[in-house]
Amino acid sequence: MADDLNDREYPFGPPDEDVVAFGDGAVPGRPAGVPSSYDRGKSPRWTPEAIADAHAVAQLGRYQIRGFSTFNTRFPTLDDLVFVPATMTRLPLEGYRESCDTKTVLGDRPGLVEQPIELDIPIYIASMSFGALSASAKAALGYGATKVGTMTCTGEGGMLEDEREASKILVYQMTPSRYMLDLEHLRMADGIEIVVGQGAKPGTGGVLLGMKIPERVASMRTLPVGVDQRSTVRHPDFLGADDLKVKIEELREATGYQVPIFVKMGATRPRWDVAIAAKAGADVIVLDGAEGGTGASPELLLDHTGIPTMSAIPAAREALEEAGLADEVKLVAAGGIRSGADAAKCLALGADCVMIGFAALMALGCNSPRYLDDYEALGTSPGRCHHCHTGRCPVGITTQDPELEQRMDVAAGAERVARLLTAWTMEISLLAKACGKSSVHNLEKEDLRALSLEASAFTGVPLAGIDRPYTW
Amino acid sequence: MTAVAYVEVGDRPIKAINDDIRAAIAAGNEVVVTNTLSRHNLGIGLPDGAKVRFEGSVGYYCGGLNNGAHIEITRDAGWGLGEAMAAGEILVEGYVGMSAGASMRGGLIHVRGDAGPRCGVAMKGGDIIVEGRIGYLSGFMAHAGRIIALGGAGDACADSLWGGEVWVAGPIASLGVDTKVVEPEPAEVEAVEKLLASRGLDDAGRDWKKIVSAQKLWYFDSRDSRAWLMI
Repeated sequence: MADDLNDREYPFGPPDEDVVAFGDGAVPGRPAGVPSSYDRGKSPRWTPEAIADAHAVAQLGRYQIRGFSTFNTRFPTLDDLVFVPATMTRLPLEGYRESCDTKTVLGDRPGLVEQPIELDIPIYIASMSFGALSASAKAALGYGATKVGTMTCTGEGGMLEDEREASKILVYQMTPSRYMLDLEHLRMADGIEIVVGQGAKPGTGGVLLGMKIPERVASMRTLPVGVDQRSTVRHPDFLGADDLKVKIEELREATGYQVPIFVKMGATRPRWDVAIAAKAGADVIVLDGAEGGTGASPELLLDHTGIPTMSAIPAAREALEEAGLADEVKLVAAGGIRSGADAAKCLALGADCVMIGFAALMALGCNSPRYLDDYEALGTSPGRCHHCHTGRCPVGITTQDPELEQRMDVAAGAERVARLLTAWTMEISLLAKACGKSSVHNLEKEDLRALSLEASAFTGVPLAGIDRPYTW
Repeated sequence: MTAVAYVEVGDRPIKAINDDIRAAIAAGNEVVVTNTLSRHNLGIGLPDGAKVRFEGSVGYYCGGLNNGAHIEITRDAGWGLGEAMAAGEILVEGYVGMSAGASMRGGLIHVRGDAGPRCGVAMKGGDIIVEGRIGYLSGFMAHAGRIIALGGAGDACADSLWGGEVWVAGPIASLGVDTKVVEPEPAEVEAVEKLLASRGLDDAGRDWKKIVSAQKLWYFDSRDSRAWLMI
């Protein structure tokens, strides 16, 4: 930490805090550093956002922290890919009538796991902790997922009773911080996810600011109430792949070889990372692209670390094939998936299943236009809010404040999550049927064409029309 | 009188060995595990009330996720001894490798020799007694619990503690970040000495250094809720 850098004194004494805060001559009520308080600039380099960031850190003396996901506009989107449905070379299925299999099995590595996870749909709810989310939000996600035959994951804050009750299928997440790691909880889980990283901030541990650590969260994490929790990033008892292999065996011993072991990682060098995790014995690999969301992160990590989900999936698929493990190890893709079309493209690029975080929160009501005064108090508005880190979520999702949490109606939220998952599954199967596939898992890279050189180069998907991938 | 069951390790599959240990415990036996060959993952998630003795050295994670068993290891143990244990007791007659008692929540680990680095890393409760020296970064980011080292400590001792205590008698190579050495209360010293005496380690003449969190890393600098809301 750089905490000791501020121990030295100026020869002229400390400046007045009001002046440090640009309080001299500023428009009242308009603090420097708020992007909306400036007219749009013209420099392509010193954009209003860049200027505001320099102003903000010049006051704060530390990096900025926020929730949500990357604002880096250079990331490609899955909109750069389109499906090419059946025409003369193949036959489509009736989109409104014929059936299309959506069942998804995870952890069915032959002979290792007694109870693989069987989902009715190829989508499940990402690991988001109790702490980052309110207990009501966790419960709503669990009930909504269960209604449509899919699952949720605990996140790093330990197993919450509300979620275990709500989620018929629940994966227990084991992060380096090991908050409330409990043998009984492991044995109550339907799968265990070992986290070595996340897409939003690979190489860095979780962040939960003090505003979101009241008594219940603190006691589950064995932390003092109200501390700014910055979690460890390295696991306490294993370092490399050889150790991970032993760790996976330990977890199998602890749970009687009943449930699959997942390894979750941020997308950085998937071609190597995925091969290593697969060879270490993971049943399922969760690959979280840099567009993945988070409740709180140093902002620069969101914007400047990790690689796009789109580029990571084909690399991971190739790694599994090269390792000879493509039939044994399942690949879950995550990170910035916004629609059934996005999810379908991830499946076609090589994922067996997708995991959604913020999309499910949107179904709960994230960024919905209610309680406008509370958005305004945060300096934001519906559709732009990324203030999960403050714990002042206007719609009661990313908060531990009891009054705000009441705005999160569990039954209504669960129903919206269930409907979103249903709609997305219909969207995925509609695309699959148009491409002539009787199972969503038969979608493949050949069903896609790229609209940009960049998307083609990142994925190996053929360019539209010319039908060849961009290579060099 | 409790019967003793013997389980041979050798080169048998770990699952078969642990199944035998669990079956012997379930049948009400004390268990003696022989020919351990430093194998990994011996005795994982053992239940309350079990008694298991490993005759020889063990590899990684021995006694991991212990739920209340009394475990004895007659020689040395590898990484992650008793990791995440909730209750019970583990006695190691020899030395232990890295991360003994990692993220443990309760119970007692007693090591007669030295402990490797990161002893008690991320621990959340319970006690670790090391008669020898604890390695570097011991107690790293521990939340609660007590590490007691009678033979000194390596570099960066108690680095980044959230909470908990590291008690060291003997030389400390260096302290970790965000630590402070505090004068223990007589009642605290008495409690530690009583625990040690219960393990046959009476010695009133120890010069204790009790290390706790300085709590500077508990909060970001410039902590100000208005500032957070600006972003």
